[in-house]
Amino acid sequence: MFTREQVHAVAALANLELDENEIEMFARQLGEILAYADEVQQVDTRGISPTASVLTRYPADRADQVRPSLSPDEALANAPDPVLDPTRDRAESGGLFRVPRVIG
Amino acid sequence: MSQPATVREIRDSVRQRARSASEVCRAALDRLEAVEPSLHAFNTVTREQALARAAGIDRDLDRWRDRPLVGVPIALKDNLCTKGVRTTASSRMLEAYIPPYDATAVSKLKAAGAIVLGKTNCDEFAMGSSNENSAFGPVHNPWALDRTPGGSSGGSAAAVAAGITPLALGSDTGGSIRQPAAMCGVVGLKPTYGRVSRYGLIAFGSSLDQIGPLTRTVHDAALTLGVIAGADEADATSAPEAIPDYAAALTGDIRGMRVGVPALLIEQGVDPEVARAFRASLDALAARGATLVDMDLPHAKYATAVYYLVATAEASSNLARYDGVRYGFRAAAEGPAKAGHDDRHDNDLRAMYARTRERGFGPEVKRRIMLGTYVLSAGYYEAYYLKAQQVRTLILRDYEHAFERADVVAMPTSPVPAFTLGERATDPLQMYLGDVFTVSANLAGLPAVSVPCGFTRERLPIGLQLTGRRFDEATLLRVADAYERDTEWWRQAPAL
Repeated sequence: MFTREQVHAVAALANLELDENEIEMFARQLGEILAYADEVQQVDTRGISPTASVLTRYPADRADQVRPSLSPDEALANAPDPVLDPTRDRAESGGLFRVPRVIG
Repeated sequence: MSQPATVREIRDSVRQRARSASEVCRAALDRLEAVEPSLHAFNTVTREQALARAAGIDRDLDRWRDRPLVGVPIALKDNLCTKGVRTTASSRMLEAYIPPYDATAVSKLKAAGAIVLGKTNCDEFAMGSSNENSAFGPVHNPWALDRTPGGSSGGSAAAVAAGITPLALGSDTGGSIRQPAAMCGVVGLKPTYGRVSRYGLIAFGSSLDQIGPLTRTVHDAALTLGVIAGADEADATSAPEAIPDYAAALTGDIRGMRVGVPALLIEQGVDPEVARAFRASLDALAARGATLVDMDLPHAKYATAVYYLVATAEASSNLARYDGVRYGFRAAAEGPAKAGHDDRHDNDLRAMYARTRERGFGPEVKRRIMLGTYVLSAGYYEAYYLKAQQVRTLILRDYEHAFERADVVAMPTSPVPAFTLGERATDPLQMYLGDVFTVSANLAGLPAVSVPCGFTRERLPIGLQLTGRRFDEATLLRVADAYERDTEWWRQAPAL
């Protein structure tokens, strides 16, 4: 089973705030899903290598050349709190992503 | 209504100047406006851009006429980035997101002359099998409006089934093209992993995701695959394998072709009407000269469990990027922190992350992030994630053995026809179990297609799924097309 404490711990790892209803619901549902997923434990996998990707590796090297890319304004266009036109000497060109206070 | 036109018919009529691209576009937009209130298939309709583009093609037809999709109206699942057009993944998190670039598959379709009518509704971040996880409300099945169109590419399937566009792109991580195609009575193709660039597809499970077409005919799917396939330097997982002329592979000749049938896997839990239609489709393939081969995929019964461990682990990592900083929704960080709160959240930035994700994501997305975070966490990684990856290897080997004896593998696409909206919404595990026949193709990276193979007594569509060898979409599509030639299911249209 999945306990409320486990839900709290996983939510903290995932940077998710949850409300009381969600904690109850996820404790029950994640318990059920994991109980089902536990059927993989029946499979004998001794000596079997894991598959992270079916990919055959393709060479992805290319010349290191400067190419056109997004302008700073384009890159900031979807930001929730952009600083589009910095007036101080913090950035010579382009803008900034502003976030809430980090240090007290 | 009369039978809606196919991609090929529309393309040829524009080429031959029988109809202008503008006429075609206006007719498609009219159809969209007439049925959209019943379907809710679109998140965004780009009416003015579409008409302007059609007019541009008409003005300069000599330049466009040889392109493979000239004048063809299309719809795009709303998790494919479109430059300057809102792309939401049906999530509050991206409700106002306007990408500064086109996905590679989208720019290829545009260069081929296709005209984008809009962005289709889907399960949030492509996570779901019924479209009920869309933050904007579900799509309704054109065949029965009280039922799910399937998911997650439900809006794309509904748009094609309802005759709005003859082609829509979807994405398929565990069946999200094939299952809605089956439930809406259209063709849905998931190409081989790596065949189509994923650049600009909003990531869910990066080792599983693949973009593909939903169409009315196998020929149209083949035509579209030829346009969107190919290596792309913007996606290091896209493959340089040669791209055959898929349409030319559709000869109708499947004599001697071996169709594998994993009887053990499909003997349980399949709706009787689906099972009957599936057996009849095998008879039709045999009548055309294919040989049916009884075979076993001994680890396929674990595929659903493996899939929900692997896909959620990848999702939890991919969705970590939604933090309210660079794009998307941001919640204000004020107010007392709630559950999930720990010491690390004792500053405004941490609180902002956690609250943004709480308010921006819907329940299914949170459930999968939680599950994926758990199976990757210290102490559980070996028991769940690593174990699942090992079983994934065994599933892959099952298919390798199968393809020594068969050229394609046949299964029903979905064990059940479209169910009623709300019927399964409160039981996520039951919903997951419906993906039993589709997930293994993603785990093994194989191409698979769903084609219409019948109807239930209530006139709900049923799909036949064929799975092929890696990068052998040509054989897969040949068998699917041969089946289609002998049947009339694909000609049916819902009475909308």
